[in-house]
Amino acid sequence: MNPILHAKSLQLAGPIILMVEFVAIWASPASALDGQVQIHDPSTIMQCNGKFYTYGTGGSSLVSDDGWTWRRGTRPSRGGMAPDVIHIGDRYFQYMGSNPGGQPHGAINMIWSKSLDPNSPDYKWEDGGVVASSDGVEFCNAIDPGALLDPTDGKLWLVYGSYFGYIRLVQLDPKTGKRIDPNDKPVDIAINCEAAILIYRDGWYYLLATHGSCCRGADSGYNIRVGRARKVTGPFLDHTGTDMLEGGGKLFLGSGGRVVGAGHFGLIDEGDGVQKFSLHWEADLDRGGASVLDIRPLLWRDGWPVAGENFKEGTYAIESVRTGTALELAVEGVPVGGRRSRGARGSAPGGPGAGGGRGGMFAGQGGVIPPQDVAQVSTNWPAGNIDSRMANYMCQAQQKWTVTPVANAGGYPGSPYFKITIAGTDRTLAVGEDGELVALPAFTGGHEQLWRLDQLADGAWRIMPKFASTARESLVLSAVGSSFATLAKFDPAGDRQRWLFKTP
Amino acid sequence: MIMLRNIHIPAVAVLAGSIVAMAAAAGCASRSSVPSPTRPASAETALHAAGFIQRWLILEPIGANGLTDSAVQAAVKKDYFSNQLTVVPHDGDKVTVGGAELTWHAVDTNEYNVNLYYFAYDLGKPTSNVLFWAVTVVDCPREMSGVRLAIGSNAASVWWVNGKEVIGIYGDRQTVIDDGVSKRLTLKKGPNIVRCAIINAGGATDFCARFLDAEDKPLKGFTVSVGDDEYR
Repeated sequence: MNPILHAKSLQLAGPIILMVEFVAIWASPASALDGQVQIHDPSTIMQCNGKFYTYGTGGSSLVSDDGWTWRRGTRPSRGGMAPDVIHIGDRYFQYMGSNPGGQPHGAINMIWSKSLDPNSPDYKWEDGGVVASSDGVEFCNAIDPGALLDPTDGKLWLVYGSYFGYIRLVQLDPKTGKRIDPNDKPVDIAINCEAAILIYRDGWYYLLATHGSCCRGADSGYNIRVGRARKVTGPFLDHTGTDMLEGGGKLFLGSGGRVVGAGHFGLIDEGDGVQKFSLHWEADLDRGGASVLDIRPLLWRDGWPVAGENFKEGTYAIESVRTGTALELAVEGVPVGGRRSRGARGSAPGGPGAGGGRGGMFAGQGGVIPPQDVAQVSTNWPAGNIDSRMANYMCQAQQKWTVTPVANAGGYPGSPYFKITIAGTDRTLAVGEDGELVALPAFTGGHEQLWRLDQLADGAWRIMPKFASTARESLVLSAVGSSFATLAKFDPAGDRQRWLFKTP
Repeated sequence: MIMLRNIHIPAVAVLAGSIVAMAAAAGCASRSSVPSPTRPASAETALHAAGFIQRWLILEPIGANGLTDSAVQAAVKKDYFSNQLTVVPHDGDKVTVGGAELTWHAVDTNEYNVNLYYFAYDLGKPTSNVLFWAVTVVDCPREMSGVRLAIGSNAASVWWVNGKEVIGIYGDRQTVIDDGVSKRLTLKKGPNIVRCAIINAGGATDFCARFLDAEDKPLKGFTVSVGDDEYR
């Protein structure tokens, strides 16, 4: 996170005196992870012995304990271009490209190991040889491999290619990672793109590939596009019906915010319907334009993958998808603008008889009603722990939550842990000793006060405490009733544990 | 299974089995199409398919005002009659509140909810700015832990299980199934007393209640009784 200095006020007084008040504002860690994240062409992120691993062009690698903070890893036995890794059985197969005679003369090499952890006795990369190649003449550049283990039939597929001509598909042996028959003719499935990879969902094969220019920093037009097919061999059509063999591809993710040039999609399936994806940005403007790893939520809409965004700090109403009610402190709310009696119905504003400040019960109280001042309404709140509950959202202070990343508290793939406090106060949402939700008077950094926010396939959020004192399994915030939230085991098929963060 | 253990059924039958009969006695028009609670017509009745408790003892309404958290809490903490937070009354028992004699009535509902508006209306009692006390007894064949009481009410209500306050929902609200839900609690083997106070400002008023199991599914496997001496 980079502190950004903002000139909050500029005042001139008497002889020319500049009084400049600088306020440090931590930029939202919305992208690009933490730690050492510089990499280009990252492979699909793998988990091994509780750690996360990815490999990039030139033999680079990154490792993380939690998926949020990364550090340099160990180079594998063979470096190459744009590797991909897949875990099948007890083996991690790593595929990487090379251009021994210069592009488009290419080859895809394979190495494998039983572990990605250099400290494991099973860590030893074995050479598996070349599984695909291009001769420098044919209309293909055999680099940039991407692997798929078909969940429907257990077949292993590899796509490869880079801009020069076709993206091609070959079948591999899932036991050895090698070509089943090197003489089988590869299938052409797309053209004029690179960094292709296949994923499968609900009867569709999706081919994600990167269009645009790479390797030019912030001048890179890299963007990830997608087509889908009922068969793994295609045809892969985009949303307009254009075949990716004819240049089609629905935009999945381009540039935005402080990052430019998205490429090299890699699926991260966390189970329970929670999916994310890895990628690299050609240029992270907050990191001097370096190429960096990122992880973002993967959403699905109308049968198409959609790139979500990691949680952005801010102040929100936290609304249950199931009940439509919002999380609040269990304190007596004060209507914004003050309490008023219902009174008798009078003329509607602007109607006959209205005007001159009159208009009956619908005329309001006149003027602009300012937002509720939490400092005023909280004077009657209990000093100690306060239960939470849910209610119709009515813009009141006890219903507004500020969600803030917590430094040095670790994280999870894509984000740091957050604290959730009532806006303008230190009242902190936590898991109580009884395993129920409670608001503590202040944040003290305990694991029961740290929250993981995962965006689900439909765009709603799952809210999970880092630690629940009575939990024997991963529990998440659950709307068990319209007016009560608790912690319960996540049910991906239900809506009890789906939440919306809305602008208050 | 819901049971009526200590009500003399033949006498109930003679009394025509319905609050509507009380309405006639009170000079009110008979309205067969409205969801009035009925007097229990048998000692036993099946538990609602979704676990809602359908047999209650309800006291005729007491005047009360205010639906805010503090107003409701003040109203339910006020002493109206002796042992109001511990008594398990019988059908027909009477208490005196503010000089007025009020009667406890055993009622059944065929619905998921109990309609307090028609309960009061049929008795010729006020329905607005009132507080209703209701009690039932849940009899468990074994200890049931990790369960929750789940209620809905129009309007505000406060609920107790075995004397401990477990739910309070406030404000002018309509009955929604599983609106207020307690923290996890344990129902002991044998009788467990469920008590509530519902305050209505105006218009319709009703409530519903059931227990949820540890998976937040409707709790089954218990019986409900009212008016048994052993619980007094």
